[in-house]
Amino acid sequence: MPLSGLDIYKLLPKTNCRKCGFATCLAFAMQLAKKALSIDKCPYIAEESRKTLEEASLPPIKLVTIGAGGSSFEIGNETVMFRHEEKFHHPCGIGIIIEDTLTDTQIKFRLEKISSLRFERVGQKLDINLIAVRQNSDKKRFVEAVKLISSHTLLALALMSNDEGSLREALEITKDKKPLIYSATRENIGWISKLALEYKALLVVSGPDLESIPILTDELYKQGVSELVIEPQGQGLAEKIWVLTQARRQALKKSNRSLGYPILTVIDKDDFYDEAIEAATYILKYAQIILIKGSEVWQALSFLALRQNIYTDPQKPLQIEPNLYAVGSVNDNSPVLVTTNFSLTYHTVLSEVEASKVPSYIASINTDGMSVLTAWAAEKFTPERITDSINKFALKDVVSHNRLIIPGYVAVISGDLEEKSGWQVVVGPKEAAGIPAFLKNLV
Amino acid sequence: MTVLEKWTGKVNTVTIGATKAQGGGRSSVIKVGGEESLPFLFQEGAIANKPVIAYEIWDIAPVDWPRELIEPYGDVLNDSLEWAQKCVREYKAEMLCVRLQGAHPDFGNKSAEEEAEFISRLLKTVEVPLIIVGSQDDDKDNLVLPACCEVSRGERCLIGSASTDNYKTLAVSALADGHNIIAESPIDINIAKQLNILISDMGLGLDRIVMNPTIGALGYGLEYAYSIMERGRLAALSGDKAVASPFICFVAQETWKTKEARVTQQEFPSWGSESERGIIWEIVTATALLQAGADILVMRHPKAIEKIDKYIDELMDSG
Repeated sequence: MPLSGLDIYKLLPKTNCRKCGFATCLAFAMQLAKKALSIDKCPYIAEESRKTLEEASLPPIKLVTIGAGGSSFEIGNETVMFRHEEKFHHPCGIGIIIEDTLTDTQIKFRLEKISSLRFERVGQKLDINLIAVRQNSDKKRFVEAVKLISSHTLLALALMSNDEGSLREALEITKDKKPLIYSATRENIGWISKLALEYKALLVVSGPDLESIPILTDELYKQGVSELVIEPQGQGLAEKIWVLTQARRQALKKSNRSLGYPILTVIDKDDFYDEAIEAATYILKYAQIILIKGSEVWQALSFLALRQNIYTDPQKPLQIEPNLYAVGSVNDNSPVLVTTNFSLTYHTVLSEVEASKVPSYIASINTDGMSVLTAWAAEKFTPERITDSINKFALKDVVSHNRLIIPGYVAVISGDLEEKSGWQVVVGPKEAAGIPAFLKNLV
Repeated sequence: MTVLEKWTGKVNTVTIGATKAQGGGRSSVIKVGGEESLPFLFQEGAIANKPVIAYEIWDIAPVDWPRELIEPYGDVLNDSLEWAQKCVREYKAEMLCVRLQGAHPDFGNKSAEEEAEFISRLLKTVEVPLIIVGSQDDDKDNLVLPACCEVSRGERCLIGSASTDNYKTLAVSALADGHNIIAESPIDINIAKQLNILISDMGLGLDRIVMNPTIGALGYGLEYAYSIMERGRLAALSGDKAVASPFICFVAQETWKTKEARVTQQEFPSWGSESERGIIWEIVTATALLQAGADILVMRHPKAIEKIDKYIDELMDSG
């Protein structure tokens, strides 16, 4: 929890020596509270106080990087319980579990399948983030599987094993990849913490309930292992939601450092739908890594889309550059469709225009990222704005006709728009899905 | 260390359906709302009623439903009463939501009398509580819905939708014939609140209003509805009675028009099999809305409903 100016003042020498550039220690403390400058400006601060101040300025949920190189990803540093309060910051990592009981051929097949789980939605790339290798066999097989997987994927790795020898060999193979070790428990904390230290790996801390976690994280912190992810387990789905909610609440509202780490959950359902429901639940309710067995394309598409939705900044809707976009091999006779610059609207229109195979222009008007109806209601999709934009795009020089197609939902503006712009207005379909049929009839 | 929120407010409880003893003809009554806590956080307050799923049926054969959605129902889609019966008998539907699409001028333009006749036959065919929604043509709905309210007098249906531009006719009918009303707002909690006040000022109490916050499907603005519902529920639990209505979410209507629910694997090889894709789209949309506080989900695909029903049971059991 951030300290107030007065809290900080109490930690300062209170000598008003002016070395920091301020007349009084209190004035300096106020600036520190605003995070306007650093404590280093005070030459006389006691070491103890400096530590207190530094700890207080740490984020309540630690930011952790998993993996190394291009496919590494960050999680943690979350600041709110509800996305409308600010936003959710670091999209939850999704990992697919591969069992070491699979044959090499099966593993390669799984890897290939996982590598196809890449999608593009509204201009953003959606990906799986890591692969977790789970030990069910002996050391030899586990290490072989880790070796095979590590050499065939660029994704970050998690090593799921409770055998010291197996983990050590697996870490030796993957040490440059900063893998995630799953997991430290009350029973194995002695040896597993040493491995995490030795290989600079991230460590998951697991316990049957929320209360069991701080004992372990505190112990590990003392040993110098602070790159942690926690897995409080809980019985049943509602209990689990409660536990995840509490972990975040206690970290944010009570500055409980012992729980101030990203949360991981493992899903152990056999039905693909049940798996997706559970993954969706944890994406919504505070998990920062989810490990899952299923790797069906339709499954991944659904929860990656959900993750994208939930981690969108509510204050900043995804926007695209307002511009005149050519779709297909256009000529000066191609139709012109007017829409907003809200990314979702634009991409929905774009994909339907592409599907229609009718080369067209899309005039994306600057509506500050609002959708058609919202922008219209907020007077950002008005005849004036549209006229200004098409003039700016020099549409007259691009096409030889004078027809504008507008979304069906704003049919009411057609008269005004014709008058203001001098273009002939054609009312298009309300839903983008109607565009292909509409364009074909037009031609 | 446990951080408990102390809520002072509570979501209104709305009762849908009336038994014979209560002056209707339903075999069961469904209560929605009444939460004293955020979704499924049983440790902080009671969650008196479980969220409920209503099967969506139409008064005409559905228009523009993809193959995946038509397949499980088959021929009954051509006969709304058989369709209703299949939902109740085979799928054990607890509630039906009938959409009077056929009243729309572009979809058959059925008269108010025809629709009223259909509703009274439907009430005789099935015994579950009913939600009745119009065709989304305001002028036509203002003729059709009052007629439907009248023939179902005493059945305590949930009728919709009222909006800030068009609520008086429906509110008067619902009041006269003893029904509940759906108040629809465009993803805006302030408008939702305003509409609740307007309707309750006409004498239809807050215990007879269910809010439709308007949702987008997964990938199509779902997050807007998600956050509006969270904000509304937080306000309700903090004591703002005017937004403390249960939520109804038209899940299927939104999900089954998305590209993800419709295109075939042949058209979009990188999206995987369409047999499951539409179902999962409906499922994940419903999951998110439940976690935001949905009380009634209007859904279509029997498989999606089966899965979400199980999910609700699992959540309620462990609490």
